[in-house]
Amino acid sequence: MANTAHAHAADPAGETRRDFLLHTTIAMGAVGGAMMVWPLIHSMNPAADTLALSTTEFNISGVAEGQRISVMWRGSPVFVAHRTPAEIEAARKVQLSELRDPQTDEQRVTKGKDKYLIVSGICTHFGCIPQGVKVTEPRGEFGGWFCPCHGSQYDTSGRIRKGPAPRNLAVPPIKFLTDTTVLIG
Amino acid sequence: MSTEKSIWKKALDWHEERLPIISWIDHSLGTKYPVPRNLNYWWNFGSLAMFMLAVMIFSGIFLAMNYTPHVTLAFDSVEHIMRDVNYGWLIRYMHANGASFFFMVVYIHILRGMYYGSYKAPREVLWWIGLLIYLAMMATAFLGYVLPWGQMSFWGATVITSFFSAIPGIGDSIVTLLWGGFSVDNPTLNRFFSLHYLLPFVIVGLIFLHIWALHVPGANNPLGIDATPADKIPFFPYYVMKDVFGLAVFVVIYFTAVFWFPNALGEAVNYVKANPLQTPEHIVPEWYYLPFYAILRSIPNKLLGIIAMFGAILILFALPWLDTSRVRSGNFRPVFRIFFVVWVIDVLILGWVGAQPPEGIIPTIGLIGTLWYFGHFAVIMPVLGWVETPKPLPASISQSVLKAAE
Repeated sequence: MANTAHAHAADPAGETRRDFLLHTTIAMGAVGGAMMVWPLIHSMNPAADTLALSTTEFNISGVAEGQRISVMWRGSPVFVAHRTPAEIEAARKVQLSELRDPQTDEQRVTKGKDKYLIVSGICTHFGCIPQGVKVTEPRGEFGGWFCPCHGSQYDTSGRIRKGPAPRNLAVPPIKFLTDTTVLIG
Repeated sequence: MSTEKSIWKKALDWHEERLPIISWIDHSLGTKYPVPRNLNYWWNFGSLAMFMLAVMIFSGIFLAMNYTPHVTLAFDSVEHIMRDVNYGWLIRYMHANGASFFFMVVYIHILRGMYYGSYKAPREVLWWIGLLIYLAMMATAFLGYVLPWGQMSFWGATVITSFFSAIPGIGDSIVTLLWGGFSVDNPTLNRFFSLHYLLPFVIVGLIFLHIWALHVPGANNPLGIDATPADKIPFFPYYVMKDVFGLAVFVVIYFTAVFWFPNALGEAVNYVKANPLQTPEHIVPEWYYLPFYAILRSIPNKLLGIIAMFGAILILFALPWLDTSRVRSGNFRPVFRIFFVVWVIDVLILGWVGAQPPEGIIPTIGLIGTLWYFGHFAVIMPVLGWVETPKPLPASISQSVLKAAE
């Protein structure tokens, strides 16, 4: 191959038509190969039926004051807490400078529905489910949730206060369809 | 009559002319492969590792015939294997305990290489391929542990895949890609089964490269000096016999565990079916990951913890250059020997820390152990090579033996 190419080497730079054809062939092959990779990678992303299950509707009127429940959304729990005035008070008197991921309590709830805290039940560290939904479970020093895996503690606004987790419990997209019906997702 | 070639010999020659596979095996692991005459029993663990890989592949193929990779059926299909399939309990216990024994054997194999300086020139690439095999083993073991779909399977999978969420910016998209959804679920189980079946064959390929890279310089030996042809003996029959003897001893220990202590290394909570709404009180990985898990937890920052954990293995790739001593064998390095033992104890302490709940003094011990782990490679190994005075090396392997006899 190299010998034949040299035999045709007319110009001093050594570039021949054969080299051009070789390089364009390699380039087209590489582009074609790369284009084939994306469908394979994307096939591993959530499928259409998985995406179709990505909203949940539930009735919030059954959650009594002081009670917390878990609602399934996209295969994982979402915490719904009907907070007592004392819990709201505790969440609101915290200075933003004390927080690792500064957010006010108002930013984390729906306006007018401040007593309901609706946050993802997935610890932002490595994805365990924090404890604290049942009153018998540990809720940590800040009265919110306590993750048993690596000891992260969240307050009554679901904000990270202590332990290795980097962020607050995420607030999923929420919409109050009626006074009592909530749509997540 | 004796000069006449037998029909079998003729047939073999005919075949060898067309595909010289017998001579290839003979050169690889037979009479044409010269090995230093002074190898001790620490050199048995390479062949034991190959044996365990074969056990895992064969038992795994038969398990796959009765296993169903679906979230509603996986747990029950494993119980079906245990209760209903003929000898299913034996095949599954061989596979589950086989993973532990495979790791034990490979850890001893790695420690032997570290003590006798088998990673040093000209064997750096051999060392690298060995580390790649180790990484592939860790991945395979993790994927396999998820398949029975018990509580520890599910939450181990959740925690370990969530490691990737520490990557800034694209972390969460990568985790969704790994899961094929928004949590560990059926798509995750399916792909883990597919990859768990694939990776052992990648390991087989890497072992070919490992043995190839071994044959270029030849095997190291307990003295760490280059062996002359006079100091070598053929692999067959000498080391084949020694390996078979070692294998017989090993198999007794392995099957003692399979028959009498099959759940000694397992977690009872993994006999509870996976529940995505309930994280177990105390998540622990399998024992062979514990030191790395301790390193992860000892650093109170998510991203830095991940970097330290992967760094603990990646730093081994640089070991041939971090170790500045030209003397291979630890037998001739009086100070290195002490630090080597201290490092092994440090790893064992980290392993113990990894199994404890992260409370009280435990994270502090983990942090000190982590600092020592990295300090051993980044500080002690380079400095030792400059300040240590090694003992005089023998001129040859036979000289060291003759001297001892005098």
